[in-house]
Amino acid sequence: MADATVQSPSLQAQRLVRPVAGAEEWAQRLLILLLGTWLLVTVLVPLSVLFRKAAENAQGQFIGLANFAAYFRDPALVQSIYNTLTVALISTFITILLAFGFAYAITRSAIPFRSFFRSIALVPLLAPSLLPGLALVYLFGNQGILKSWLFGHSVYGPIGIVMGEVFFALPHAVMIIVTALSAADQRLYEAAESLRAKPSRIFWTVTLPGCRYGLVSATFVVFTLVFTDFGVPKVIGGQYNVLATDVYRQVIGQFNFQMGAVVGLLLLAPAILSFAVDRLVQRKQVALLSARAVPYQVTRRPRIDAACLILCVLVSIFVLSILGMAVFGSLIKFWPYNLSLTLSKYNLGALGTVGWGALWNSLIMASLVALVGTIIVFCGAYLVEKTKTWPWARSAVHFGAMIPLAVPGLVLGLAYIFFFNAPGNPLNVIYGTMAILVVNTVGHFYTVCHLTAVTALKQVDNEFEAVSASLKVPFYKTFWRVTVPVCLPAILDIAAYYFINAMTTVSAVIFLYSSDTKLLSIAAINTDDAGNTAIACAMGTIIVMVSATARVVQLIASRKLHARTQAWRNR
Amino acid sequence: MANGSGAQPYLRIRNVDKFFGGFQALKDVSLDVYPGEFVCFLGPSGCGKTTLLRAIAGLDFQDSGMIEQGGKDISALPPAKRDFGIVFQSYALFPNLTTAENIAYGLVNVGKDKAAIAARVAELVALVSLKGQERKYPAQLSGGQQQRVALARALAMSPGLLLLDEPLSALDARVRLHLRAELKQLQRRIGVTTIMVTHDQEEALAVADRIVVMNHGVIEQVGTPQEIYRAPATAFVADFVGHMNFLPGRIGEEGQVRVGAIALQADLAGTKAASGDQVMVCLRPEDVQVRGLQPRQSNVLQAEITELEFLGSFCRAELRLDVADNLELAADFSINAMRDLNLAIGMSISVALPPDRLRVFDAGTQAHG
Ligand SMILES: Nc1ncnc2c1ncn2[C@@H]1O[C@H](COP(=O)(O)OP(=O)(O)OP(=O)(O)O)[C@@H](O)[C@H]1O
Ligand SMILES: [Mg+2]
Repeated sequence: MADATVQSPSLQAQRLVRPVAGAEEWAQRLLILLLGTWLLVTVLVPLSVLFRKAAENAQGQFIGLANFAAYFRDPALVQSIYNTLTVALISTFITILLAFGFAYAITRSAIPFRSFFRSIALVPLLAPSLLPGLALVYLFGNQGILKSWLFGHSVYGPIGIVMGEVFFALPHAVMIIVTALSAADQRLYEAAESLRAKPSRIFWTVTLPGCRYGLVSATFVVFTLVFTDFGVPKVIGGQYNVLATDVYRQVIGQFNFQMGAVVGLLLLAPAILSFAVDRLVQRKQVALLSARAVPYQVTRRPRIDAACLILCVLVSIFVLSILGMAVFGSLIKFWPYNLSLTLSKYNLGALGTVGWGALWNSLIMASLVALVGTIIVFCGAYLVEKTKTWPWARSAVHFGAMIPLAVPGLVLGLAYIFFFNAPGNPLNVIYGTMAILVVNTVGHFYTVCHLTAVTALKQVDNEFEAVSASLKVPFYKTFWRVTVPVCLPAILDIAAYYFINAMTTVSAVIFLYSSDTKLLSIAAINTDDAGNTAIACAMGTIIVMVSATARVVQLIASRKLHARTQAWRNR
Repeated sequence: MANGSGAQPYLRIRNVDKFFGGFQALKDVSLDVYPGEFVCFLGPSGCGKTTLLRAIAGLDFQDSGMIEQGGKDISALPPAKRDFGIVFQSYALFPNLTTAENIAYGLVNVGKDKAAIAARVAELVALVSLKGQERKYPAQLSGGQQQRVALARALAMSPGLLLLDEPLSALDARVRLHLRAELKQLQRRIGVTTIMVTHDQEEALAVADRIVVMNHGVIEQVGTPQEIYRAPATAFVADFVGHMNFLPGRIGEEGQVRVGAIALQADLAGTKAASGDQVMVCLRPEDVQVRGLQPRQSNVLQAEITELEFLGSFCRAELRLDVADNLELAADFSINAMRDLNLAIGMSISVALPPDRLRVFDAGTQAHG
C-alpha cells in the first residue's frame, strides 16, 4: 500500500507550529486592546485611585490606615454603619419575603392576570430611587394623608427608608426569583407526589431547595442595592444617617475627599462579598436544570391560590400607590391646604434654565449612553465571545466587564472625581462635561448589558466566523450582515436598559454634573432639598414617563422586528 | 480516481500533534490525500476526526507537524488564507439570508458583478437541485434542503478542498441514505478533493474512495473500503467496521491457531505473535461457510444453532461451537441456504471457517470487546 500512512521518522525534529496572524486577527487584537483600555480607564484605574486616596491625607501624602482610624474614632460616623446595616437587613428581609411570595404566585399558582402582576412589580425600575422617598413624604410625612398609620412614629428615618427601599429593590428580587422558580422540573413534583409527600413537605423539600440559589442571589443583590442606595435615604432619611448620605456629605458638604474615600470603600465591602457569592451561586445554578427537564404544570389549589391573589393585589397596591402618590403630589396646587389639581408644577421653565435644560440634558445623556454604551458593549461581547485570538486577553476583558456590577454608583462617581479631576491627567478635559456623565454611566451599568449581549451571542452558531473565513469574507462584514441582525432584539434590550438607567440614575452622576450638565434626576433632588417637594415629584414623574416611553418603544420595535423577520426567525 | 501511483498528493499531512491541555487529541498523524479523492475520516466519538479536520482548515491549529496543500506549506496560515469550503454538522447557515444570499455570500465579497454572481448562484442551485427554493430562508427549508444550501455555499468559491464534518448526521435515516448517494455523485461530477468526517462506518464504506480509520488520536488504517473491510489492519478496525466474530486463541505449531480444543488453519503472516502467544481469531459472519463443504476441507466444525434472526435478505444465526462450551459464533446465511438446508433453531450443523478469511490479531487490542 504505497498510499498508506507515511511512517514518522522519529528522528525528525518536532516542528512546532506558530500560527501566522493575518490582518484580520491583528484588527481583532487591536480592538480587544482598545476595549481593555476602555474598561481600565473608565472603571479599574479610577477605582484604584480611590483606594489610594483613602490612604492619603489632604496634602496627598501616604498615611496608611490613619483615615480609617480617624473614621472609627468618630462615633457619629460609626453610628452610620449600624444604621446602614439595620435598614439594609430589614429591607432585605421584607423585600425577599414579598418577592418570593409574589414570584411564587406568578409562577406556581393558578391566579388570573399573572403577567399583568409581573409588569406591575417591574414598574419601580422606571423610577429614580428618590421617587418612593417623595411619595412617602406625601403618604406618611408631617402632613401625610396616612400619617396616623405610623402611630406617632416619624416616617423620616428608618421606617421611611425601609418602605422606600422595598419599593426600589422589589423588581430586582422578583426578576431573579421568578427566573429561579421558572426553572422547576415537573418530574420532581410528580416523584414527590407519588411518594405521598404532603404539600407543605413538598414545598420545603422540593420548591425551596430548587430555588435556593436564586434566593441567595436575590438576597445579596437586594442587600447590596439597599446598602448603597442614595436616593431614598437622601429624601426620607431625615437625621438618620447612612453610609451613602455620609459619603455625599463628606464630599459635597465638607470637601473631605479622603474621608469620602474611606466611606466609599466601606460601601464597596458588601458589594464585593455579594459579587463573589453571586458568581459562585450562578456557576452552580447553571447545572441545576437538565435539558430533559419537564416544565412545571400549574394546578389549581383554591386556598393557596387565594392567598397568592391577596398577596399580589396587596403588593400591587403598595407599588401603585407609591407611584400614584408621587404623580398625585405633582398635580396638587398646595399640599395639604389646596387640593385642587394643576399642571403648573410641570412648567419647569418657572425654575429658570435648570428646568427644561435638565430634562434636555437627561434626554441627551440617556440617548448618548444608549448609543455609545450599546455599541461598545455589543462589539466588546462579540470580541470576547466570538473571536479566537488571545484567549488570555479575552478572559481578562470578560472579567473586567464583571467588575462594575460590584461597584456602587456613589463609589464610582467618587472614583471619577479623584481620577478625572487630577491636575496631571490629560483626560481631565472631559471633567464637568456631558462626556464624563456618559462615560461614567456606560461604565456603571456595563455588566448587566455585557451579560445580556454574551447570552444572545452564545445562541448564535459558533461556526459563522469559520464559514465566513472559508468564504474569504472578513469577520467584520459577517458581524454586520449576520451577527447584528440576528441579535437585534438583544441589542434593543440593551439600549433600552441603558437609556432607562441613565434617565433614573442619581448616585454616580451626582458628583460629576456641572451647572451646564445638570440632569433631571439631580434637579429633582436639589429641588426637594430646597423644600419644593411637589416640583420634585413632577420631575420624578417626567422621568418615569420618559423611561416608560423608552420601554414601550423598545417593546413595539421588538415586536415589529419580530413580525418582519418572522420568516427567518420562526421554525 | 487518482490513488497513489504516480500522482502527487494534493494534501500532505506530516507528524501532526495536537494537545488540549494535557490531553493529546492527535498523535503523530501523517496522511496523503490525492487530487479528486473522496476520503472519509472514520472513528468512534472523541477519536480526533473533527480536530484533524479543523487543523486542515486552520480553524484550530495543530501544535506541531506540517500540512501542505497543493505543494504549499499551509501549517501556519489562518483559515482565510487557505483554500477550502466547509460544511458543518449544524450547517451554520446565516438565518437572516435567503438560500440565494447564503450561496452568494462569498461571491459578493470578491467583487464579481451582479450578473456573474446570479449566473453562478443559478448554476449552484441547479447543481444541488434546489430550484425554486432560492428566496426561502433556512428556517423554511427541510433539513436535507438546508444541507444542500450549506454544500452549495461551500462550493461557491470553487475551493480546491471540500471539508465536511458529519454533514449527514442531523438528518433522519432515509434522507441520509438518499443524500449520501447524491453527495457522492456530485463529488464525482465536479471532481473536488473531499474529506468527510463520519462515525458511521456504513456511510464511509458507501461513499469513500479511501477511508482513514482513527482511534484515540492515531490513524489505525488507511485504505479503500474493500481493503478496510476485507483486510482490517488491526483488531480495532476489524471490530469497528462491519460485524466481526472474535475467538480467543493461542498460536500453535506451523500456521495453526488453537481455539479451545481445536486447531484452526490460518494465515499468520499479519501477526508478530510467536508460538504460545494469546491471539484473537477474527471472522466475518458472512464468511462462515455452510454449503458445499468438501470432505477434506480444513477448519470444519460442528455447531448448534441457538438463535436465528431474520434480517430480510439473510439470516443472522448464533452458533454454539461443540469444541468448547461458551464459544459463540455469529454467522450470516443466505435465505437460499436457509431453505435448502432447512436450518432451524436447535439443529446441529457443520460449518467451515475458511483459512483465507480468518484474521489473527494480538489479544487485547479490540475496540469494545
Ligand atoms: N476545545 C477542546 N478542549 C479540550 N478538549 C477538546 C477540545 N476539542 C476536542 N477535545 C477533545 O479532543 C478529542 C477529540 O475531539 P474531536 O472533536 O476531534 O472528536 P471527534 O472524533 O470529532 O468526535 P465526534 O464523533 O464526537 O465528533 C475528544 O476527546 C475531545 O474531548
Ligand atoms: Mg466531531
